[in-house]
Amino acid sequence: MTAAIRPSISACPACIAAPGAQALAEQGAQKDAHIALSLPTIHCSACISAVERALAEAPGVKSARVNLTLKRATVEADPDVMPDQLIALLKSVGFEAHELDAGTLSVTQNDKVGRDLLMRMAVAGFAMMNVMLLSVAVWSGATDATRDLFHWISAAIALPTLAFSGVPFYKSAWSALRVGRSNMDVPIVTALLLAVVASVWETALSGHHAYFDAAVALVFFLLTGRYLDHRTRAIARSAAQELSALEVPRATAIRDGVEVPLPVADLRIGDLVLVRPGGRMPVDGFITEGRSEIDRSLLTGETLPVFAEPGRVVSAGEVNLTGPLTIQATAVGRETSLHRMADLVAIAESGRSRYTSLADSTAKYYTPGVLFLAAISFVGWYLHSSDTRTALNIAAAVLIITCPCALGLAVPAVTTAASGKLFRRGMLIKDATALERLATVDTVVFDKTGTLTAGTPELTNLSDHDATALQVALALAQGSSHPLSVSLTTAARAAGIVPAQVSDLREVPGYGTQAMWQGQAVRLGRAAWTGATPGVDTAAWLAIGDLAPVAFTFTDRLRPGAAEAVHGLMQQGMRVLLISGDTGPAVAALAQRLGITEWQAEALPVEKSSKITALQAEGCHVLMVGDGLNDTAALTAADVSISPASALDAARVASDIVLLGGDLSPIAESLATARSAILRIRENFRIATLYNVIAVPIAIAGFATPLVAALAMSSSSITVSLNALRLK
Amino acid sequence: MDVLTYLIPISLVLGGAGLVGFIYTVRSNQYDDPEGDAHRILNDDWDDHPKP
Repeated sequence: MTAAIRPSISACPACIAAPGAQALAEQGAQKDAHIALSLPTIHCSACISAVERALAEAPGVKSARVNLTLKRATVEADPDVMPDQLIALLKSVGFEAHELDAGTLSVTQNDKVGRDLLMRMAVAGFAMMNVMLLSVAVWSGATDATRDLFHWISAAIALPTLAFSGVPFYKSAWSALRVGRSNMDVPIVTALLLAVVASVWETALSGHHAYFDAAVALVFFLLTGRYLDHRTRAIARSAAQELSALEVPRATAIRDGVEVPLPVADLRIGDLVLVRPGGRMPVDGFITEGRSEIDRSLLTGETLPVFAEPGRVVSAGEVNLTGPLTIQATAVGRETSLHRMADLVAIAESGRSRYTSLADSTAKYYTPGVLFLAAISFVGWYLHSSDTRTALNIAAAVLIITCPCALGLAVPAVTTAASGKLFRRGMLIKDATALERLATVDTVVFDKTGTLTAGTPELTNLSDHDATALQVALALAQGSSHPLSVSLTTAARAAGIVPAQVSDLREVPGYGTQAMWQGQAVRLGRAAWTGATPGVDTAAWLAIGDLAPVAFTFTDRLRPGAAEAVHGLMQQGMRVLLISGDTGPAVAALAQRLGITEWQAEALPVEKSSKITALQAEGCHVLMVGDGLNDTAALTAADVSISPASALDAARVASDIVLLGGDLSPIAESLATARSAILRIRENFRIATLYNVIAVPIAIAGFATPLVAALAMSSSSITVSLNALRLK
Repeated sequence: MDVLTYLIPISLVLGGAGLVGFIYTVRSNQYDDPEGDAHRILNDDWDDHPKP
């Protein structure tokens, strides 16, 4: 029998980590176990208490806490408590649960950068409110000693605040200046320093204008933008990491004849590793025992599984389909071909490193322009009045007014809104500039197996067979959990077929099922085993006695939304290509089914990426959608890339966007959202520029007061944020 | 204007108290699960007596 299944990511951990609780317990010594569980179905307060109560009542559990935002539970328990027990327990009270690898998760648990930004933002916010309170008093008429006192108090609040809250800007500006470059933070820092110097000087001489409030407000608004930006990406990153954590890296090794569950990292060369049906090979090696079929589609894109018998070489990442296999490891961990390929991708030049973000390209013109304006104002006023104090004051006003408060919010406000929208549709934007790159796309390249197709077979020729054949086939298929058998069973039952009475039913791993029916031997399975000549299609052959075998042909089921996605993209005028590692006829059939005219079959990983490079050389902006290891190079080379959640870890890491659900239809929509997001960003830039065009001449002419600066800064920031919310 | 001698320190202390409170909430992980906290308040598990 032949087929391709993709074990759902959730199916693996449970079947790999079945027995051997004692062995792990001995290993863990006296340390408490921290168990993290993903609970995709919880949604209300009743769920929280039901889960927490069930977990707390489990023997050995010390404490359990549900996090509804992350849909996750963390459990502290005695070392002998195994996650499977808790998963079974939760299942019995009606909650789906999956184990999460604590090692992979711990990276996201403490979002230090986010917390740091939030703290600095809070300090700036509180300081801004207090300074503003004092400033309003000054603007509404406080004079002489009162004004000076208010200015001094403002200084006492603003100076430490700026020293603390402004650190991210100082660091970023310094790191740019040190290598002789400039960025958006250089004029910000210059403005802050100039404002502080000018204001302290003014205050010391009982002047009228101090810009403490403007400086603190500037820092607060900019930090808000940074924090929004950071949070959007932190959410995407933690969701992406949760996907990786679902694949618990545990394997079953056989040592001295005993099955020992081990973390994959502890496997050594020469170890015998047991891989159960549905499990993924943790190491490179060769088969020493067992017969089965292996699905290599994640590595090569082939839909047809390969027959596996002792002596055959297997690579990490392949999936065992039917019978248990024992493998002797020849390469482990970072030495496996899977990792070496993934590492190669990491070195390759990626589409995203070539891209300059809109904010950066704006800063390139903006920064020198602003500094030039401020310098001109200073020199001009100094020559005009020969008064350093006035000149400095005006230069500070020019810098503060031009400072990119609105520009700092223009991009993050829009990307936050757009990412949130796409997140709700099941798309994770992992990279900061992915949206901008997505908006430029005009060519879409799809991989076939696992991307456009779901990896589950579908029976195509049910009506070609007579009732007897179907009844016998159903009887045989029921005896196996092979994906083709399962699909045949479903289709036959749906057609109302009653299984024939058979005896001596047994499954021969790697070949098929056989039984006795009315005194004849009947077999359902691989072509050669049933005495048939294999064809090009995916098929299971049925042999009844000495009659010629008949074929049940299968096609790979389309992923939900695949047709809509391809159709939607074509309607938007995109050029759609299909490049697959699978055989010609299979690819041609799918291309025809979806109406894709340009396709390429039997493509090697290198050919995939070189095709993309060739498209880019023609001037196309390429979006690559793929899931396998054979796609990773192409995913990296493309301008922007999307992979489904079922993709191999390496492929998800290589892509900018991850599709969380099984549905592909959001792809077409996401392009439209990205384009409208870019439209909003450009609009925001225009709003910010317009406000500069009005305010800068006022500042240069020396009419700007701290009140004008505060009004202009706040109103432009609010306008820009509101504009971002208009995103459709 | 004598009232300022009270009002300014009061406003600074109030602002400072707010800031300290905020820092405390950040440090004690109170923003880790906003959605869960919103739902937990509807939970009647410990309505009759506090959690032991």
